[in-house]
Amino acid sequence: MGDQLSEPVSILRVKKETPLIRTFVFDRSFAFSPGQFVMVWIPGVDEIPMALSSEKTITVQKAGDATNALFTFGAGDKLGIRGPFGNGFTKGDKILAIAGGVGAAPLLPLAREDCVMTLLLGARTEEELLFVDQLDECTDVMIATDDGSLGMHGYVTDLMDDLNLGAYDRISVCGPEVMMRAVLTRVEEKGIAHKTEFSVHRYMKCGVGICGSCCIDPSGLRVCRDGPVFSGEMLLKSEFGHYMRDASGRKKNI
Amino acid sequence: MVSIRPGPVTIGGVALDNHLLLAAGILGTTGSSLARILSLGAGGVVTKSIGPLPKDGHAGPCVVVLENGVLNAMGLPNPSNAFVDEIAPLAKKPVIVSIFGGNPDEFALVASWFEGKVAGFELNLSCPHADGYGSAIGTDPSIVEACTRAVSRSGIPTWVKLTPNVTDITAIGKAAERGGAGAIVAINTVKAMRISTAMGCPVLGNRYGGLSGSAVFSIAVRCVYELYEECKIPIIGCGGVSTADNVIEMMMAGACAVEIGSAAYNDIKVFEIIKADLYSKDGITPEEIIGCAHGRSAV
Repeated sequence: MGDQLSEPVSILRVKKETPLIRTFVFDRSFAFSPGQFVMVWIPGVDEIPMALSSEKTITVQKAGDATNALFTFGAGDKLGIRGPFGNGFTKGDKILAIAGGVGAAPLLPLAREDCVMTLLLGARTEEELLFVDQLDECTDVMIATDDGSLGMHGYVTDLMDDLNLGAYDRISVCGPEVMMRAVLTRVEEKGIAHKTEFSVHRYMKCGVGICGSCCIDPSGLRVCRDGPVFSGEMLLKSEFGHYMRDASGRKKNI
Repeated sequence: MVSIRPGPVTIGGVALDNHLLLAAGILGTTGSSLARILSLGAGGVVTKSIGPLPKDGHAGPCVVVLENGVLNAMGLPNPSNAFVDEIAPLAKKPVIVSIFGGNPDEFALVASWFEGKVAGFELNLSCPHADGYGSAIGTDPSIVEACTRAVSRSGIPTWVKLTPNVTDITAIGKAAERGGAGAIVAINTVKAMRISTAMGCPVLGNRYGGLSGSAVFSIAVRCVYELYEECKIPIIGCGGVSTADNVIEMMMAGACAVEIGSAAYNDIKVFEIIKADLYSKDGITPEEIIGCAHGRSAV
């Protein structure tokens, strides 16, 4: 396989998506499956996992030291990319996708594969909704905002109540963990956790399944290698929605 | 290739289910991950190294996978004493807690948290990329002896993992032996570096790292062979073991058991795969081959 050193990419341009989210466009493409991620080396700063939002873009929410540093990068700056890694979403013919906040990033390429019948898109406010226009082009989008500034006043889980969930062969979910846990509770009640998949985020160091930083309880499965996409059935009796671990491995509540 | 008879084995005071242990630093951060590796066939597991205070580790990149190995500089991330609860569900299992510290007192402190709760300790006096810890102190025989004694006096089996980044590894092995080690583990990673030609800078956040995997197997075999010549306590071979034939070779060099780490990158089922090739009911006893290469030469 050869040495898997980071592939250098140059940033062609940076697109402001929302006040806290930007898309970084690379000068080269990576063959990937929606839901897979890459390890993004921000030279001089750190290396962080990030879902691909297309074969040549990552869409990033400003959330910590590394992403703060990344937001100072612009056209012409270089990043290093390892991957893509992980499993991606299982394909279906009639998918319901549920996105919260920056969780729309890995679901956009899934929707562009023309297999998503309906996409529920949620955010705190209208201006924080990600990829509204791009998603509208390829699927039926239903919107919920926490403050009611666009779409339904409430959460994406509330939008689920208006749907016949039996009409979909798979449900693909990505968003904040509290929101995903609420979706899991909802699909469990309806007995369809087995056909629902969640993209799980955990602190990662290696990205390739050897360091153990991202293992989840109680299965010990590695989010970076066995995931990051897991079936709802697998997550039901797990740490998901309850706690995660920090860089040192100590538990912190969600 | 010869095959060996399966069955439980006791190495350096620790009862193991077979001769194949999970090496420290690989998939050993959580209790559930360690339990998974045991369920996947490891004869015992060595945990991530635990220190006197929680550490986040180095900034990334922390790991780069190479054609024949893995280059890493994790920087000893660990939850410190929160790890006691983490592995509580594994009481009575063959779990060896890897420990690091900057001096004998720190080693003794960390060991005291786990007394009565684990099968043994492995002292990390060999990590090549952490200031003040690991090989920074593990290259000095007097410090190695003192740190070993500080833990072994507890009466709990104490193994010492050695760095190959020294001129004479046997001097360190003998120091561990004097300090009361129940076994020597050889080797930790080989200090190494790669540079991104595109970026013009080292690929690891910490610049320096440690090389593991097949690329270091020959070095590990040489170290085990040298230690077997000079030390009386059992030796556990570690470094690039990825096949049953590698296990036999380590045994012929003088190892009683082996630790496996980087090979889990290719397949997390590596323990079952190696066991299927290594063991057979009509195989020989390991004692027939352990150290058999000594006193023999190719010409």
